[in-house]
Amino acid sequence: MTERVGVYVCHCGSNIAGVVDVVDVANWAAEKLGRRGVIIARDYKFMCSSLGQELIEKDIKELGLTRIVVAACSPHLHEKTFRIAAKNAGLNPYLVELASIREQVSWVHTDKAVATAKAKAVVSGAVSRVIENQALEEIKVPINPNTLIVGGGIAGIQAALEIANAGFHVYLVEREPSIGGHMSQFDKTFPTLDCSACILTPRMVEAGTHPNITLLTWSEVTKVTGYVGNFNVTIKKKARFVNEELCTGCGICQEKCPKKVIDEVYEAGLGYRKAVYTPFAQAVPNFPVMDKENCTYFIKGTCKACEKFCPTGAIDFKQEDQLINLDVGNVILATGYDLFDARRVRNDGYGRLPNVFTSLEFERLSNAAGPTNGNIVLRDGKSTPKSVGIIHCVGSRDRNFNNYCSVICCMQGLKFAHLVHERTGATVYNFYIDMRTAYKAYDEFYQRVLEEGTLFVRGKVAEVTDAARNEREKGKLIIQVEDTLASKQRRIPVDMVILSSGLQPRRDSKDVGKLFGISCSTDGWFTEKHPKLDPVATMTEGIFIAGCAQGPKDIPSSVAQGAAASARVLDKILQKEVALEPVRASVDKATCSGCRICNGLCPFNAISFIEDDQVTEINPALCQGCGTCVAACPAGAISGTGFSNEQIIAQIDGLLMKNLEMV
Amino acid sequence: MNKYLLYPGCSMDSSARAYLESLNTILEPLDLQLDEIEDWNCCGATEYLGINLIPAYSLIARNLALATKQMDSVNGTGGTRTVITPCSACYLNLAKADHYMQERPALGAKVNEALSAGGLEYKPGTLDVRHLLDILVYDIGLDAIKRKVTRPLNGLKVVPYMGCMLPRPDYKHRWSDHEHPTELDDLLRALGADVIDYPLTTECCGGHMTQIGPETAFELIRRLIAGAHERGAYLMAAVCPMCQLNIDAYQLETNRFFHTHYHMPILFFTQLMGLAFGREPAELGIGAELVSARNALAHIGVEVPVTQEPATPRKKDEGLPMPRRWTRHEEKEAVK
Amino acid sequence: MPQMTDERVRAGLNREEDLSLLNEVSVKTAGVSHLEMCIQCGTCGGSCPAAMDMDHTPRMLFAMLRAGMREEVLRSNTPWICVSCYHCVVRCPQEVHIADVMYTLKGMAIKVKLYSDSTAPHFSQTFVDMVETYGRSFELGLASRHYLKHFPLRLPGIMPMGFGMLTKGRIDVAPRRIKQMKQLKAILSRAKKLELTS
Ligand SMILES: Cc1cc2nc3c(=O)[nH]c(=O)nc-3n(C[C@H](O)[C@H](O)[C@H](O)COP(=O)(O)OP(=O)(O)OC[C@H]3O[C@@H](n4cnc5c(N)ncnc54)[C@H](O)[C@@H]3O)c2cc1C
Ligand code: SF4
Ligand code: SF4
Ligand code: SF4
Ligand code: SF4
Repeated sequence: MTERVGVYVCHCGSNIAGVVDVVDVANWAAEKLGRRGVIIARDYKFMCSSLGQELIEKDIKELGLTRIVVAACSPHLHEKTFRIAAKNAGLNPYLVELASIREQVSWVHTDKAVATAKAKAVVSGAVSRVIENQALEEIKVPINPNTLIVGGGIAGIQAALEIANAGFHVYLVEREPSIGGHMSQFDKTFPTLDCSACILTPRMVEAGTHPNITLLTWSEVTKVTGYVGNFNVTIKKKARFVNEELCTGCGICQEKCPKKVIDEVYEAGLGYRKAVYTPFAQAVPNFPVMDKENCTYFIKGTCKACEKFCPTGAIDFKQEDQLINLDVGNVILATGYDLFDARRVRNDGYGRLPNVFTSLEFERLSNAAGPTNGNIVLRDGKSTPKSVGIIHCVGSRDRNFNNYCSVICCMQGLKFAHLVHERTGATVYNFYIDMRTAYKAYDEFYQRVLEEGTLFVRGKVAEVTDAARNEREKGKLIIQVEDTLASKQRRIPVDMVILSSGLQPRRDSKDVGKLFGISCSTDGWFTEKHPKLDPVATMTEGIFIAGCAQGPKDIPSSVAQGAAASARVLDKILQKEVALEPVRASVDKATCSGCRICNGLCPFNAISFIEDDQVTEINPALCQGCGTCVAACPAGAISGTGFSNEQIIAQIDGLLMKNLEMV
Repeated sequence: MNKYLLYPGCSMDSSARAYLESLNTILEPLDLQLDEIEDWNCCGATEYLGINLIPAYSLIARNLALATKQMDSVNGTGGTRTVITPCSACYLNLAKADHYMQERPALGAKVNEALSAGGLEYKPGTLDVRHLLDILVYDIGLDAIKRKVTRPLNGLKVVPYMGCMLPRPDYKHRWSDHEHPTELDDLLRALGADVIDYPLTTECCGGHMTQIGPETAFELIRRLIAGAHERGAYLMAAVCPMCQLNIDAYQLETNRFFHTHYHMPILFFTQLMGLAFGREPAELGIGAELVSARNALAHIGVEVPVTQEPATPRKKDEGLPMPRRWTRHEEKEAVK
Repeated sequence: MPQMTDERVRAGLNREEDLSLLNEVSVKTAGVSHLEMCIQCGTCGGSCPAAMDMDHTPRMLFAMLRAGMREEVLRSNTPWICVSCYHCVVRCPQEVHIADVMYTLKGMAIKVKLYSDSTAPHFSQTFVDMVETYGRSFELGLASRHYLKHFPLRLPGIMPMGFGMLTKGRIDVAPRRIKQMKQLKAILSRAKKLELTS
């Protein structure tokens, strides 16, 4: 049967028509491609409008079209639109082909004649290809209603609560002994200066006691298989050496443990914990973990003080790591950020000059539950600073380190200025390049800090040094900076320097991304599906992201993303099943030589090897039809539905205008 | 045998003769062989670049081109692509020409066009330009150096002065740090010296400003000398002829200008190496300095029994712990 | 519009904004200058050990470049005070090749004879002349000649130094000459006809 093809050339306002002679392309197609089955070719202002779609539907019905080519924008944008139009008119949606004459033609060319000629070639290729297209059916799979959330910071907690409150089960996996994330380390939060613990603890407790939430702390995801609606994940629950059933969280063990360790995580290296510990008083869950590397018993074979004193016999030195296997339908990654390591900025002196502190260190210093009970003191542990310099943009907006703005550190620098002023009465300087206080009530906070008498110097600090040049500088830290508004180099002696270090992706973000089959930006933040219109979805169906894992942001935005991601998950759960694109690769087992070249290549982990048959197999639900394996197979055993050899060759022939008398 | 091409630079046989003499004494113990680039010319210091760009780079590149002629056979036995310079300004100029001829192909083409007038050519990237200190620390190694020490400099309080043009801009990431590099500290420590932490180690000595804007230079020199003096140094160790010259020869003038009375000798690090290797001051050009190092060296003339360097046990006090020390290794990790 | 003298016309100066200035400096600088990337953060001006003697901090000079203030920029003593310590270069968050831009500005200022009353251009020129004659420099001979011409009053001050250097054998009485002076001259005279234009 010969196919009856309809070609529709879109003007896209002047986007395409401004460069491509669309009328000429349509006329040409009608005239020259008739031999290939084109029986109608039209041009129209906006094909994607409802009138444009109706045009196609009408032609299908009235002219009995069996194939459609829309020459318009990239398939990324409107392929779905036109497939639905075809479906509405009773035509299999996979018999529609988009020819991109906007992104690939009008937007990249200026010469009208050449652009028009190229547009014709692209249309010709699409027509040849669409004839080889086959009717495909969507793959439907049921959705498991359970959700996995990785990361128990404020973003992860928010998402967990939303889904749990909607009546679905959540597994919340947290690497540290307690949920809470960075927020649990802070004293006050900008811009309203609420006490961080006061607003966070209720949420943590709610998550810890919610019947629909299973907390898995001191745990990490080690393996992920499956696909949207049907993921299978393996979680390593590290040995706590404390029996969670028996422990009452009384804390006697930590009190009795003789081994003191610097707490690099929760206390940011400024305070100590024991070898058996809960990181902070309000920890959820509140039973401790034992840190094997530092426990005297594990090192020397004797001690067991904790075991001796535990009133419930909960200490269990024989506990082992546990692997837990779960089925979930959707995943939210809310793994947050790491603080930029300020030791890398050598001129700021952190690590060399004792009284240079990082932002997280300062959070601990100012926290009533911190190592100094909230007293803002120098590293000697007792002196109160009389002057403090707060340096913005440490490691951010700097091509030597991270090129991006870390978003929160201006506000955090202002928060510190306020806290120092309020608690010590010290003179406070803030050194900034640009003051970035966008968002609600933020600039008002800046005004407030100005009113308090903080001295602002516009200039990126050149160096912090202890090399005094005169008596005034002796024994001080000297901040050397150009006051760019006064165009003058200044040396400002202070007692204490606080570095507003930037945020950066988790050290293992690329590995975690790979584990879940999602990509990271060059900086290392998880990449969202669309930077504006789809900020919490990813290119992998069923995997969502929220909070700082997606990029630097403040608490309100992290919470909003947590809620947004949960809404997307609930949407999936409530659909009960999910339709998968039938564009898939498959292996012809008879042709596969078992060479395994393709095995490691799939970016979506869809390829596995069947040892028994010595051939490769592709899981159609995981495969996203990217074609990497198709191109790699030396035996030609893999072909892609929707991208068969016949289709590709026909398209190339079409592009080259083969079998076409050129006029 | 460690073989290198040598670009000595103009000062080595005039104002910095002591540098050359002392360098010659450590070659044999460290199994170093240096092959001087035949008919090398001045690198232009910091002067030529500001006058006319292409001639300036061509002047530098002539040396690189000449070096490539010798690189396949050093004294008839096997080759090397490494050119070493003992002067930081020469080092930077040679390294910079190599780097920019690559970064800016237009510059590379023009320079080669000029070189061709003299029948020469230089393909950027062919040579490795390195400073003497870099070679000693990273190729020869501190252990090998330590093994040759027969007169440890115990008790000699010295500030390591790296100067500015050596660790910066560091196109090839050869140094541990731009701001507070530790190579010179480590080397002096290997000689047994009492190395003082000197935060000014990479501050500028004033460069050519001693000639054209002495007030500016005197202030820079004052900061350096005062910094060394306040930290109790007997002397400073230099790795560059210009640094040594400015701090040594202009110290008197600086004192006069500020009404100060500093007496801060500055020796080349190779002179200190020679001493530690058992050579006598006269063989090392010691005495050629204008601010005499005699009193400073008297400290090691006195027979102080060799003592192990204390492992500085930290007193247990109420203080808060400091973050861990930053290492090159971590920097590499972080950048990954 | 103000009257333009012949000299000003020759130097390409007028009071209008000169939009080509930034680009010209960029092109004439060795390497890739990144000058257009400057965010005016002041790290350079803060780092500079010689800032106290400069007419403008490096940052400010770059702002003036953008504003097309050709005459003011080329008259500024800043490039001549720069000691090439590269502190600013390694710290600049935008990787601007600051020190190299300073060299470019010196060259441009010399071309149109527009530098402050600094003696630096004379010093550099004397140095260059010496290198072009001998192939080697001979710093202290040069230094004393330079001092004689520009700081005669200070000479007694440096005399003891010069004397000390001489008696300690640290000053060459005559500069050394390289063997292939002809070759070097050929290279330099060809080089002088070339310029970075793109
Ligand atoms: C010094 C400082 C002060 C700040 N002050 C304020 C403020 O006052 N107001 C404000 O709005 N914002 C403030 N912020 C920003 C705020 O910290 C963040 O917006 C917020 O904490 C982000 O929450 P999150 O859940 O995305 O990430 P995080 O808080 O980082 O939580 C991520 C969680 O995931 C866990 N995790 C990571 N990787 C894994 C893994 N592979 N497996 C399992 N678990 C994992 C972590 O252990 C952590 O518990 C401040 C930031 C800093 C640095
Ligand atoms: S002493 Fe026992 S019950 Fe109390 S916190 Fe420790 S393990 Fe739990
Ligand atoms: S938020 Fe402010 S301090 Fe932080 S990187 Fe951006 S501009 Fe710098
Ligand atoms: S440091 Fe760099 S970005 Fe900042 S003002 Fe100077 S040149 Fe511009
Ligand atoms: S290189 Fe020049 S401008 Fe830059 S800091 Fe050094 S002296 Fe100042």
